[in-house]
Amino acid sequence: MTINEAQDNIIADFEGLDDWLDKYQLIIDRGMAQKIDPQYKTPQHLIEGCQSKVWIHADYADGKVTYQAESNTEIAGGIAAMLVEILSGHTPREIMDADLYFIDRIGLKEHLSPTRSNGMLAMMKQMKLYAIAFNSVN
Amino acid sequence: MCEGGFNQSYDMLDINKIREDFPILGDTVYNRPLVYLDNAATTQKPRQVVECISQCYYHRNANVHRGVHYLSQEATEAHEQARESVRSFINARSTSEIVFTRGTTESINLVASSFGETLKEGDEVIVSQMEHHSDIVPWQLLASRRGIRLKVWKFDADGVLHVDDLKALLSDRVRLVAVAQASNTLGTVNPIKEIATVVHGAGALLLVDGAQSVPHFPVDVRDLDCDFLAFSGHKIYGPTGIGVLYGKEQVLERMPPYQGGGEMIDHVTFEKTTFNVLPYKFEAGTPDFIGSAALKAALDYVSALGIENVAAYESQLVDYMIGCLAEIPQIRIFGPRQRIGVASFLVGEIHPYDLGTILDHLGIAVRTGHHCAQPTMDAFKVDGMVRASVAVYNTKEEIDTLIESIMRAMRMFH
Repeated sequence: MTINEAQDNIIADFEGLDDWLDKYQLIIDRGMAQKIDPQYKTPQHLIEGCQSKVWIHADYADGKVTYQAESNTEIAGGIAAMLVEILSGHTPREIMDADLYFIDRIGLKEHLSPTRSNGMLAMMKQMKLYAIAFNSVN
Repeated sequence: MCEGGFNQSYDMLDINKIREDFPILGDTVYNRPLVYLDNAATTQKPRQVVECISQCYYHRNANVHRGVHYLSQEATEAHEQARESVRSFINARSTSEIVFTRGTTESINLVASSFGETLKEGDEVIVSQMEHHSDIVPWQLLASRRGIRLKVWKFDADGVLHVDDLKALLSDRVRLVAVAQASNTLGTVNPIKEIATVVHGAGALLLVDGAQSVPHFPVDVRDLDCDFLAFSGHKIYGPTGIGVLYGKEQVLERMPPYQGGGEMIDHVTFEKTTFNVLPYKFEAGTPDFIGSAALKAALDYVSALGIENVAAYESQLVDYMIGCLAEIPQIRIFGPRQRIGVASFLVGEIHPYDLGTILDHLGIAVRTGHHCAQPTMDAFKVDGMVRASVAVYNTKEEIDTLIESIMRAMRMFH
């Protein structure tokens, strides 16, 4: 599955949900299920927003990146879970070039606002930075 | 909705009529009626205040204090009438004791900078543990600048300060004690009059952060006998960017100017500048004369309702809110039962950011996070709280909506 196909799958999940609360339920459910290997829940893996914390780790094997993430808030965790699902299993180059349009399309653009301070922008940046680092190793 | 002592027949204020003065309260967010419960951060503004601002700009705009022309004199008169309104509202002795600032934060910084100039290395300042960062950081900056020592007056497990603990901290090195009259997070109301007696007995001055008290109940600086009182216009239905520092005249007289510029001078030569009289000595530059006039409109609005009536109504509302919140399973409400204005809480393991986001989408504006009081968060060993805070226009029905919405949000986190 390509990155865009994975994004489209997530968009399909949200389509037809008119009520904000249903959308958030979907995100919260993903957030509650999203865990990181406890060994990576360290300050080195932490992205601190104003109100939430997100831990991210990435592994690189066979030319593909695999992400793990967890947040102390379910909403940031749910967003992290979607990013993990979309970006894992792809090459560093594919991740670096990815246009993450799903956030806008599922109506979560507000979470990209820097004033929201939930670390979502930083989360995306960190995931791309991992890809850049792995790419430079190649 | 829940059991609680809400007096339905309370008739000193017609809340629905009051709400009509605040157009924003009729708005919807996410297609739901707005329930605004973030009043401790800022209050909404009645038409009377907003119309005052536009009328001032349309018909009375001229720089104050120096024009001979008609408009300037009108503007000056309005600005000085506003000062008189503030004086009367807090019962200061004289308008010389009322300094206009940008808000509580600037008022406290003014004292820390100016009064701070008179402190020597080894002197001590005491701040309470429940202070807003605005009443902590200026003193920390002063401490590092002047080599003074900052001591912390801690509160108990309920979030209550005990005067005996303050007595233990006082010494002949203590020059000033800074404490909020009401906590922005816990709602604790501190016994300022008793504190003033103890502080003055030790030969120190008392600064009171009135940001969360002046909007909610009568504050009489002469009765309290505090040396300074700081508060903000925007938390009492007034505009943003205008605030007040009250200081006892004899105390302000001894303090050096804060900022230099126009208005605050008497005579300037390159050899020597002499300074204007109080309160102008502390008001460098063109003052916010539109803001002051609008602050007067806000204080007039509150006075017409009667601050005692506002206090009585809000007290019922907060009591009802606390009573209803307490019935929610797994809730932790921070602060004492007897409180004003705010209820800060956490529900089960739900992160305040998550709860605040869901409440937002249910139309409810609450604050989440550390509320600019990280030492208070640390004392309760939490990163943040959800805070609902009331104003005179809030209703019992809105509290019911808050409670129902919290319950609804809770169901989403299973």
